[in-house]
Amino acid sequence: MTAAPEQIDVLDEAREQVLERGVGLTEAQVLKVLELPEERIPDLLALAHEVRERWCGPEVEVEGIVSLKTGGCPEDCHFCSQSGQFPSPVRSAWLDIPGLVRAARQTRDTGATEFCIVAAVRGPDKRLLSQVRDGIKAIREDGNDIQIACSLGMLTQEQVDELVAMGVHRYNHNLETARSHFPNVVTTHSWEERWDTLRMIRDAGMEVCCGGIIGMGETLAQRAEFAVQLAELEPDEVPLNFLIPNPGTPYENYPVVEGAEALRTVGAFRLALPRTILRFAGGRELTFGDLGAKQGMLGGINAIIVGNYLTNLGRPAQQDLDMLEELSMPIKALSQTL
Amino acid sequence: MIALVYCSFCGKEEADGDHAVCRQRLSVIDPPRYCPACARRMVVQVTPDGWTARCSRHGETASAR
Ligand code: SF4
Ligand SMILES: [Zn+2]
Ligand SMILES: [Zn+2]
Repeated sequence: MTAAPEQIDVLDEAREQVLERGVGLTEAQVLKVLELPEERIPDLLALAHEVRERWCGPEVEVEGIVSLKTGGCPEDCHFCSQSGQFPSPVRSAWLDIPGLVRAARQTRDTGATEFCIVAAVRGPDKRLLSQVRDGIKAIREDGNDIQIACSLGMLTQEQVDELVAMGVHRYNHNLETARSHFPNVVTTHSWEERWDTLRMIRDAGMEVCCGGIIGMGETLAQRAEFAVQLAELEPDEVPLNFLIPNPGTPYENYPVVEGAEALRTVGAFRLALPRTILRFAGGRELTFGDLGAKQGMLGGINAIIVGNYLTNLGRPAQQDLDMLEELSMPIKALSQTL
Repeated sequence: MIALVYCSFCGKEEADGDHAVCRQRLSVIDPPRYCPACARRMVVQVTPDGWTARCSRHGETASAR
């Protein structure tokens, strides 16, 4: 009688490869993790948490975000309530400079070290860039030393240089999903155009923040593909969103990602990206509720967005700060980031 | 006092149909989008600790937070 060949357990592999050596999982390995049965999820999360502690440390990076220009975007990202191409109830709005200063102050008051200014555009025009410039100046004049990030769509080299000159230290530009799935999600620009902007940001010395949204009809294999494509980019931060099915968008009837599946994804992304700041972003409230947020923080996540999002609401910031205290996770201080 | 006739999530009449899902969304992640008095789409600004919503006819409301 011949014994069945022994199956190598992907979490044993990951322990040696990712935890001990700091080498992220391959696409095939990530897929195996995404296919783990539900009873293995606690083991996965425990390992992902160890990896995060070993390669990133115990601190949690806290960030606030605000929408400077809402709605009316000419692009057609199918998940987005701010696209002007769908009958979404979100109307165009501009936040004025005093409003921006207030938002930055509210964010700083939570202990956050990052404040991200976001605009719903294909790329910035002169008016938007000058609003950002005036806004950053006003935030500094308010005595607020929080680090400023921007998310203003695709950039030219000239615009990249302008943002560097304004003191923007990090730029967010999401690849959103696997390259093979992107054409199903967006038709008005390509994955490669986004990639080009990301390279320019990196080359200019800004920190790269690049993530995406889980639950847009991608297969598990495409989720694994996305994780390793992000790893290839070596971003400083990966924000992980879970689809919020927004009224009027092509994805309005998509199901909310189920909690167990979302936790598997969190663990798998940490094992693919051992050194990256992995941030809980939008959609966690719908997907997890309060309990799951804690499990995610103990399963590889080391950064959160506190307070509200761009067009959706989050939990009150204090609730997340209380959660971090309960978990004895220190908040990254501004002095650690400089 | 403005009568709350319309659902501020979907914009349909409160008396018409089931708004349980709407109410759940409004209680967890969504600011109001439609004016409850006239169902006009409102201009909504979300900020880190609140929101404001403005109807061109009925004026501005803001979150309690
Ligand atoms: S480019 Fe940004 S704001 Fe515009 S539709 Fe796409 S995700 Fe929405
Ligand atoms: Zn409704
Ligand atoms: Zn009204």
